[in-house]
Amino acid sequence: MQSLTAAAAAIELRGIDKSFGAVHAVRGVSLAIPRGSITGIVGENGAGKSTLMSILYGLYRADAGQILIDDRPVDMASPRDAIAHGIGMVHQHFMLVDTFTVLENLVLGAEGGPLLAGGFAAARAELTRLGQEYGLTVDPDARIADLSVGEQQRVEILKVLFRGARMLILDEPSAVLTPQETDRLFEILKSLRARGVTVVLITHKLREIMAVADRVIVMRQGAVVAERRTTETSTGELAELMVGRKIRLDLDKAPAVHGQTMLAARDLSLVDRRGVRLLNGVDLELRAGEIVGIAGVSGNGQTELLQVLSGIRPPTAGQLEVCGRVIDPAHPIDPAEMRALGLAHVPEDRLRQGLVAAFEASETSILGYQDQPPYCRNHLLDVPAVDKHCAELMRRFDVRPQTPGLRSSHFSGGNQQKLILAREMSRLPKVLLVGQPTRGVDIGAIEFIHRELVKSRDVGCAILVVSVELEEILSLADRILVMSGGRIIGEVAADQADERVLGRMMADA
Amino acid sequence: MEETLTFVTLTLAATLRVATPLVLCAMGGLFSEKSGIIDVGLEGKMLMAAFFAAATASLTGSAWAGVVAAIVAAEALALLHGFACITHRGNQVVSGIALNILAAGLTVVLGTAWFARGGQTPPLNDGERLKPIFFPVAGDNVLVYVALLSVPFTWWLIARTRFGLRLRAVGEMPLAVDAAGVSVAWLRYRAVLLCGLFSGLAGAYLSIAQNAGFSRDMTAGQGFIALAAIIFGKWRPFPAFGACLVFGLLDAVAIRLQGVKVPGIGEVPVQLIQALPYLLTLFLLAGFIGNAVAPKAAGVPYEKEH
Ligand SMILES: Nc1ncnc2c1ncn2[C@@H]1O[C@H](COP(=O)(O)OP(=O)(O)OP(=O)(O)O)[C@@H](O)[C@H]1O
Ligand SMILES: [Mg+2]
Repeated sequence: MQSLTAAAAAIELRGIDKSFGAVHAVRGVSLAIPRGSITGIVGENGAGKSTLMSILYGLYRADAGQILIDDRPVDMASPRDAIAHGIGMVHQHFMLVDTFTVLENLVLGAEGGPLLAGGFAAARAELTRLGQEYGLTVDPDARIADLSVGEQQRVEILKVLFRGARMLILDEPSAVLTPQETDRLFEILKSLRARGVTVVLITHKLREIMAVADRVIVMRQGAVVAERRTTETSTGELAELMVGRKIRLDLDKAPAVHGQTMLAARDLSLVDRRGVRLLNGVDLELRAGEIVGIAGVSGNGQTELLQVLSGIRPPTAGQLEVCGRVIDPAHPIDPAEMRALGLAHVPEDRLRQGLVAAFEASETSILGYQDQPPYCRNHLLDVPAVDKHCAELMRRFDVRPQTPGLRSSHFSGGNQQKLILAREMSRLPKVLLVGQPTRGVDIGAIEFIHRELVKSRDVGCAILVVSVELEEILSLADRILVMSGGRIIGEVAADQADERVLGRMMADA
Repeated sequence: MEETLTFVTLTLAATLRVATPLVLCAMGGLFSEKSGIIDVGLEGKMLMAAFFAAATASLTGSAWAGVVAAIVAAEALALLHGFACITHRGNQVVSGIALNILAAGLTVVLGTAWFARGGQTPPLNDGERLKPIFFPVAGDNVLVYVALLSVPFTWWLIARTRFGLRLRAVGEMPLAVDAAGVSVAWLRYRAVLLCGLFSGLAGAYLSIAQNAGFSRDMTAGQGFIALAAIIFGKWRPFPAFGACLVFGLLDAVAIRLQGVKVPGIGEVPVQLIQALPYLLTLFLLAGFIGNAVAPKAAGVPYEKEH
């Protein structure tokens, strides 16, 4: 395929092909990425974007095809080769050791000598420099497990910068970032480009591509279907190229019909072991038939709020009432009981809390409901019934590939999310808590998920949506609460809110 | 007064003597477990090493040749374990158990074939053994000091070096190590080889230092005790060392109390005291050890296209 620009290609792929068993993930992809440019790659969930990049990074081996770096054919047998050729990658699913500190993760693989002490000192200095240069600050001694997803992302980017990569691949970097963080990331990418770094950016957010990329490559079902200069295309055209049909993201939903209160939190507080106040007197009411959105910069207590509301963590103080049952520090509850009350939860962190990576999709599709009929009879799983249920969910929610027997980790990120949503929504819960409903999901699927959520609302489900996407909150919610510093700092009716109003509330906090 | 003092000194010396193979074994096992390779085959490696140490020392007349042979024998088993678990992603527990069975059988078969003494090796004379260095009564042979030094060495290697950092990472999240451009398999092989080295030394200690020859099943579960010590120590060298000393002390006391009449109780059944380490293991495992501290990827073979 001929490149759109005359500049020399930093990366060139020729006829890359890759299958996983029966799944033909990448089909004869050829493309060229000019040096010192930002190239976007877009495509539906499961289009093969991550697989293609993993091949380029040496994590997977292509079945056929050739990779050229700086016009020379190279053998990417392992990430070591990729790193040696100056390629760095920020993966869709973070490659961080949870129990390690930021510093330890940073130097892993680039320790700068057999002893750690020297490497640590150098890394600390470099961290300060990168922090100043790009405004990327993290506490070098914090443990990864204690960081928010946004901060973990920052560590991933720092890791790549620390290694001085000349080519940078980012797989959905903004999926977990707030709009402000995303803007900052794009500033970083632009300044990297100015320094001659070649950037490849995978994202589902077409507006981001338009804002930051020079060129964009569209993939569908494993193949490259189009290549455009961003100046010569539009989000509408890209969306259509991606899904093969027109997309409508504006929801025209009827006004909410409020029912009775299904969930009420009064003065809810959560203090962790180290005495840090994570939730600070949260009052909240959720009624049947409405969608309440929680907006806020990530790391301001939204994660913890979902944990407390779903029964994963007991509150330290305050009271919670769910479907008539009162929960307080003296009367804790566990997630299974919550589920029995009719509360369903789609966790923010799908890999860790939403599914078991090693389980088959069919097992993931009943996780949490495994002891209920029709999946379970006389303490035995009814495997055919489970498979049938899973196949049904996959059809309804368009999970691809529609293979109940495939391991959950073998689905692309967006398809995992659809499967989890399908599981929780299909139980017709009375209360539905959703964290980041469309994180990493393609626009066709966003359209679908939003419509399903509104449908649930219309049949009387009380829905709480936590999202860092203001746009999503604005289009879904009937009422919007803004969270900051572990408390709810304001409420706006959806028809009176726009991004500026919410942004101002978040900034003033 | 003086009697008590002698009793205490002798008990402490005995503790150290009994704890030495446990410490060596535990440090070896730590490397393996930290890298994510569970090793229930410590026992087998130690047994095989003990046999080859005694056999070689007896045939060559050199204790040092015995030590070398012990290391080679243990490394052979370690490589076998690595081949099964790292290269072929087999089940680590099954492989470890297989090695234990192999060692138990092979040592007896070879012993009988070579020496015709019902599985024992010929008794070793003083020149064929590792002898005490400073205090003859205490039995402070070179391997005792090696064991004592192995603890800070292990700590230093794991906590302060590049190898240690990667080792810890590969036991927690091999994918991150792979993505950082470091070979998961080679790291794990090195860990398993270190484990072979230390369990080899532990085996040599049993047959050519603590005892004067090999007898069948002479490890008597010490490999498993070492494994328990690792768990009590929450996969940290110094606490694991402490656990080894406690087990050693229990054993030393058991030996001292044999036939002794305790006022008011009478003769303490030896079996009861001998069972103490195991009872303590059960007791502590059941109640006191959180389970969140084990390396997360322990026991999970690393598959690239996960
Ligand atoms: N290890 C694997 N084994 C089997 N199938 C796999 C594996 N990895 C990916 N696949 C399949 O290959 C296809 C492409 O997946 P990939 O992760 O590349 O998609 P993607 O474009 O990155 O999607 P998303 O936007 O959802 O992240 C999917 O159908 C997926 O299920
Ligand atoms: Mg992907």
